[in-house]
Amino acid sequence: MSASATPPMQRDAARTIFQKGAPGRRAFLCPELDVPAVDVGELLPERFRRSRPARLPEVSEPEIVRHYVGISKRNFDLDSGFYPLGSCTMKHNPRLHERVAALPGHARLHPLQDPERAQGALELMWNLQHALSEISGLPHVSLQPSAGSHGELAGVLLTRAYHEDRGETRHKVLTPDTAHGTNPATVTMAGFEVVKLATNADGGIDIEDLRAKADTDVACLMLTNPNTLGLFDPNIAEIAEIVHGVGATLYYDGANLNAVMGLSRPGDMGFDIVHFNLHKSFTQPHGGGGPGAGPIAVSDRMAPFLPVPVVVCRDSERAPQFDLDYDRPKSIGRLRGFQGNYGCFVRAYAYICSLGGDGLRDASETAVLNANYLLARLKQRGVAEHLPLAYGELCMHEFVLSGGPMKRALQIKTLDLAKRLLDFGFHPPTVYFPLLVDEALMVEPTETETKETLDAFADAIAAILEEAAADPELARSAPYSTPVRRLDEVAAAKRPVIHEVLA
Amino acid sequence: LSRYTAITPEDLDAMLAAIGVGSVQEIFDRQIPAPVRLGGPLQLPDGLPEQDVFEHLRALASRNTSAEDELSFLGAGMYDHYVPALIDMLTERSEFLTPYTPYQPEISQGTLQVMFEYQTAIAELTGLAVSNASVYEGPSAVAAAGYLATLHNGRRRFVVSAGLHPHSIQTLRTNAHGYDAEVVEVPLRDSVTDMDAWSDAIDGDTSAAFFAQPNFYGAVEDAAALSAAAKAAADPVVVAQVDPITLGVLAPPGDCGVDVAVGEGQPLGNRLDFGGPSFGLFAAREEYLRRMPGRIAGETVDVDGRRGFVLTLQTREQHIRREKATSNICTAQALNALAGVVYLAWLGRRGIVELGELLLARTHYAREQLGALPGVEKLHEQPVIREFALRLDADVAAVRRACAARGVNPGVDVQALSGRDEDRGVLLVAITERRTRADIDRLVEVLGSAVASERRATVAV
Repeated sequence: MSASATPPMQRDAARTIFQKGAPGRRAFLCPELDVPAVDVGELLPERFRRSRPARLPEVSEPEIVRHYVGISKRNFDLDSGFYPLGSCTMKHNPRLHERVAALPGHARLHPLQDPERAQGALELMWNLQHALSEISGLPHVSLQPSAGSHGELAGVLLTRAYHEDRGETRHKVLTPDTAHGTNPATVTMAGFEVVKLATNADGGIDIEDLRAKADTDVACLMLTNPNTLGLFDPNIAEIAEIVHGVGATLYYDGANLNAVMGLSRPGDMGFDIVHFNLHKSFTQPHGGGGPGAGPIAVSDRMAPFLPVPVVVCRDSERAPQFDLDYDRPKSIGRLRGFQGNYGCFVRAYAYICSLGGDGLRDASETAVLNANYLLARLKQRGVAEHLPLAYGELCMHEFVLSGGPMKRALQIKTLDLAKRLLDFGFHPPTVYFPLLVDEALMVEPTETETKETLDAFADAIAAILEEAAADPELARSAPYSTPVRRLDEVAAAKRPVIHEVLA
Repeated sequence: LSRYTAITPEDLDAMLAAIGVGSVQEIFDRQIPAPVRLGGPLQLPDGLPEQDVFEHLRALASRNTSAEDELSFLGAGMYDHYVPALIDMLTERSEFLTPYTPYQPEISQGTLQVMFEYQTAIAELTGLAVSNASVYEGPSAVAAAGYLATLHNGRRRFVVSAGLHPHSIQTLRTNAHGYDAEVVEVPLRDSVTDMDAWSDAIDGDTSAAFFAQPNFYGAVEDAAALSAAAKAAADPVVVAQVDPITLGVLAPPGDCGVDVAVGEGQPLGNRLDFGGPSFGLFAAREEYLRRMPGRIAGETVDVDGRRGFVLTLQTREQHIRREKATSNICTAQALNALAGVVYLAWLGRRGIVELGELLLARTHYAREQLGALPGVEKLHEQPVIREFALRLDADVAAVRRACAARGVNPGVDVQALSGRDEDRGVLLVAITERRTRADIDRLVEVLGSAVASERRATVAV
């Protein structure tokens, strides 16, 4: 669709709320002043007061609703279509979870309510901790971190505290070159130096490189398993042995947990610390970039250092009494205010209650089945010639294709393929990650998709490659049917305009 | 077949055949070594039908005493403000609720425009040039400001006013320990930051100096004087933890010489949710833009010249810069920030002033009425906006229990939160617009009799 064909109502769709409304319009009617009026100047001296009003919008309620409903329609979302974004686990978000999270007993519970009058919330957290402990095979859980990267920070700070407690100062943290970007960024924030590990020909950790770099200055190895290539590292036991052999801890990035729930447990693999992404494996809706939650589970030796407060259960023989324990002398301290993103805990707990242990295993089995089927289906459709699997033969819950041959043979890049997929009504896979794969395309279908959807996606990829063989420009200039077409990101970064100009 | 998966036995046969394996088990057996495979089922309860899960979660909710169930004056960081219905409706829309971070801008203009509008609102409210699209929440935003300061000036020492929320100080300490930065606390005098101690504490190693406005005890600080004194002492990055809902009436931090404003966004249209999720606001002067943490949306045009928005300045971020990133943040609080900007549009230019003035008046009324009770005195005489501290001549925990028995939660036991000896007997009372004069009068009556009977009990002992 060209610009001239844009319907008139859509043409000014990018006008912001600040460009709408008129002086005097309003949506809010203030409750009446029911206490004696006092001059504001008496209550708040002028030098503390705002001298000019904040230029917020002046809009009526119908204008607000129409504005935001209007711009919402310029989003693609999981409820509308397939979203195989690798490493993000875009599985269905059950609406039951929104309903239970909105119950006033959860939604209007103040975080400083006395524990004896928040027993339902603390029991929910206790039960969720137990479930995450069972799923990970690690005995102790803190729900506090706000997202995966925050859980990573917690984990690396725990590692620091653990070594310090033993009177050791270590400076290095190992991360594979396939790691999520949050891993090395976290290492720096926690005051350690990043040392990269090479990947072997099979897509796993290069054991010789690990042996060469693992010494007593290494505090921790951060690993994702299955890794970002969608491969389970078969040498995990040996890796754990090497890492523990030099006294370091082993950290599990739980971004890919959706592959192994009920099938293999990080604790049994030898990991000391795991973070969970409740917004991935456990259905917290992603909200366009949050909220999430990043609880951690740890082994016995890391437990003294967990963040405060910790949920505890007292008098468990009679009626259990739940409480928050702040008296943890070796704790790393607090990572945020209050107890964590409780609203996310409610949703994740509801999900675990719905599925049970068998259902969680079924979810992971189906996620892996769907990924392998999609991979096979792409081969059947003749796609593998241009988009070969980067490593291995089978995959876990996701797989990484290389667009290198496609780029050379058809003159379209992975980015072009991704943009053309938009015209076919699909969210593209993750692109250009992991970094060591040329023109990477990382596909994670999740367990909640039908076989028909997977088939349609494979057909779309095949169709794009076919049309590119005839005319690569079609993909290079895509998309055509989206609310806007390719955007000038270079100009945006060069001269940043990051807020509306206010009148 | 679970209710969230859709693979029938017929599908399964066709899929296995396509893959070239005999069973799903074989896919795992060929990839996961036997010693690290889980031998048996997870020891978790069986799955339940939707309505059973609903009943279970409802039963748990019913065992909590929420702000719906009692007359609550709890605050200290999160507040029971009214959330307009249109926020529920908009945040539950699939288009906002279910997409990922907007990596594909052509199909994410809704989310990106919301981020851009949010940044506009926060920059305007704080009087600072730039805002990111939100961070996790308040106290971790304080810690993030500290990290930004160390990147900016390479110094390794933080000076914090004791008027900062205890959770903020604790969170800053946790983070600072990682990169070996020291945290030095400056005491209060008359419940506001002791200006002499503040100036003395800030030296050439001081990376950032932090204060809260209003502070943890409800007192309005002299923000301009604190900023000027800090700059004069050794030019650290001046960070203010602000409460956005007060900025309709309070001077914006940008007008007071503050470099970075952070804060808890929950009062802006977000639920209490027992502490989260909410969002953290993070705004700064222009010179800090390229060191900001978190996502930032920027304006640009598409190939047809149409206005559009993209994630910008991504070379700050972990997925591009990895170990050189300015922060590790990835998933943040987009949906909560949406609630925040919708709330600000709903309040509007005049509404935020009217609401602020209503809070001022009701809070003043409550403070005077309560402060006049026998055995109760105002902790300080500083100006307050929506929260204030009282000192009770009685055991706070016992008084709170007595009030709770009559359906009133009179506020926060400050010493339980801060751990400070000098906070013994201090009660922190929050007055939102949901608390009417009649509610306040009831608090006066219930707290008054609870304090009186507790004092009698103490005398009798």
